[in-house]
Amino acid sequence: MNSLIQYTLRIADSSLILGQRMSQWCSNGPTLEEDIAMSNIALDLFGQANGFYEYAAQLDGSRSADELAFKRNEREFFNHQLSEQENGNFGTTTVRNFLHDAFNFLFYTELASSKDETLAALSAKSLKEVKYHLRHSSNWLIRLGDGTQESNMKVQESLNFLWQYTGELFEMDEIDNEMLDEGAGVDNNKLRKGWDEIINSTIEKAKLTRPVDGYMANGSKKGIHTEHLGFLLAEMQFLPRAYPDAKW
Amino acid sequence: MKEEHFQKQIDTEQKIEPKDWMPEQYRKHLIRQISQHAHSEVIGMQPEGNWITRAPSLRAKMILLAKVQDEAGHGLYLYSACETLGISREKLVQQLHDEKAKYSSIFNYPTLTWADMGAIGWLVDGAAIINQVSLQRTSYGPYSRAMIKICKEESFHQRQGYEIMAEMAKGTPEQKTMAQDALNRFWWPSIMMFGPQDSESPRTGNAMKWKIKRQTNDELRQSFIDKTVGQAEIIGLKIPDPDLKWNEERKHYDFGEMDWEEFWNVVNGNGPCNKQRLAHHKKAHDEGEWVRNAAQEYAKKQESATN
Repeated sequence: MNSLIQYTLRIADSSLILGQRMSQWCSNGPTLEEDIAMSNIALDLFGQANGFYEYAAQLDGSRSADELAFKRNEREFFNHQLSEQENGNFGTTTVRNFLHDAFNFLFYTELASSKDETLAALSAKSLKEVKYHLRHSSNWLIRLGDGTQESNMKVQESLNFLWQYTGELFEMDEIDNEMLDEGAGVDNNKLRKGWDEIINSTIEKAKLTRPVDGYMANGSKKGIHTEHLGFLLAEMQFLPRAYPDAKW
Repeated sequence: MKEEHFQKQIDTEQKIEPKDWMPEQYRKHLIRQISQHAHSEVIGMQPEGNWITRAPSLRAKMILLAKVQDEAGHGLYLYSACETLGISREKLVQQLHDEKAKYSSIFNYPTLTWADMGAIGWLVDGAAIINQVSLQRTSYGPYSRAMIKICKEESFHQRQGYEIMAEMAKGTPEQKTMAQDALNRFWWPSIMMFGPQDSESPRTGNAMKWKIKRQTNDELRQSFIDKTVGQAEIIGLKIPDPDLKWNEERKHYDFGEMDWEEFWNVVNGNGPCNKQRLAHHKKAHDEGEWVRNAAQEYAKKQESATN
């Protein structure tokens, strides 16, 4: 598989998997308004995933966007491990999304000036939505962190747990380097400074403590995941797998 | 005097607005009906929400999620319309949890296969539209306006549901079986959505006089059946009613007897999912409590900081 396809799939996979997680909130939100907001975010993410999958499918030439989403196995998915983490309580979801949104915001900002016109256009479109996602998750992080003692403890706990999945956001492998050299990809290392600024200032406003770096998970670029992904895919892919000849 | 003026407003098709005088019974009737409608939208998210994570394509996933999100939005408009009658959303939800308020019984049936997403859109939204189109002309202004807004989205949902059914009915033999099975399971509950027969409906009298309802249960049900029979024929599915046949004299379809024992059982809490739907709603509500508290606390701190 060529690097551009692989690079595009990674982006699409993170959007799809995080979207799938967000869609699990439907009818489970803490308020009706928040239920609607989370469905909205899920819809944005599915739309982004669809755009990147369509591009990957076009480059690939042998598989459709739906086949890419529904017919690949755990080890063939390249989403960030952060995106597949379980929803937990509303605070866990808030923290997970905040950490991811801050990265995505910076990533799409850079990728919007990619030499690859399609990646640039898809990123520019995604960026508009991700700005809103980041505002939504930061505002909630601040509200929960600076809300009650209980809410502060809950989000701090989620932050401490999820921190281990933030390291791999900034990793570079041979595909990233190749894409960067061609002027088509992003230098993830360079995003760290901006990310730290967003994280630190928001955490401060939220009266939370930034966790100390410890064990950092990695491997999603090679299809290594946490145990959650298999279950997520089994559920998501069930129909197209069970009825391979059917059109829906 | 007041009562006469009120009835005159109704008779001359002027909408009743929140600040207008209205009989207490009119207010009560509306609170019951609008809140039941709002709860139905919100509880109705569950049977379809059951398939969002398993929708079979990216497009199907987005359509279904957007649909369920619309329903949440309808719930919001309707709670707001209800609040204009002087009751809080919190209290309405409490009534739901205390089983003092009802929601449409149709949502107490389980969604077992993907075809049920088609059947719900086609039949359940189809039945809801018939009712809601009629309610666009209801006498209470905020309710009428909410209905106008909701109807636009519902007709879209119905087409999407019908599309799922049509696609499956012409698909593989397994898909066709699923589609027919969904129609078999949802047909009777759908036509029961219009409520008891007019002869058994205790509240129709005043509701018609006050123009809260503009057509009776039986009229609406007949209109739904007349519309739907042809749609089933086009996609080659069979409506599970041996007594269904065109009556040339009435210019309507005749249809079989509904199972009223089942109807009243489900209305009274003894349906296949009554307990689960309510438990799901309570659980989400309870689990969200700390979040709502935190948001309130934060808002208070912000307020005192700016004062």
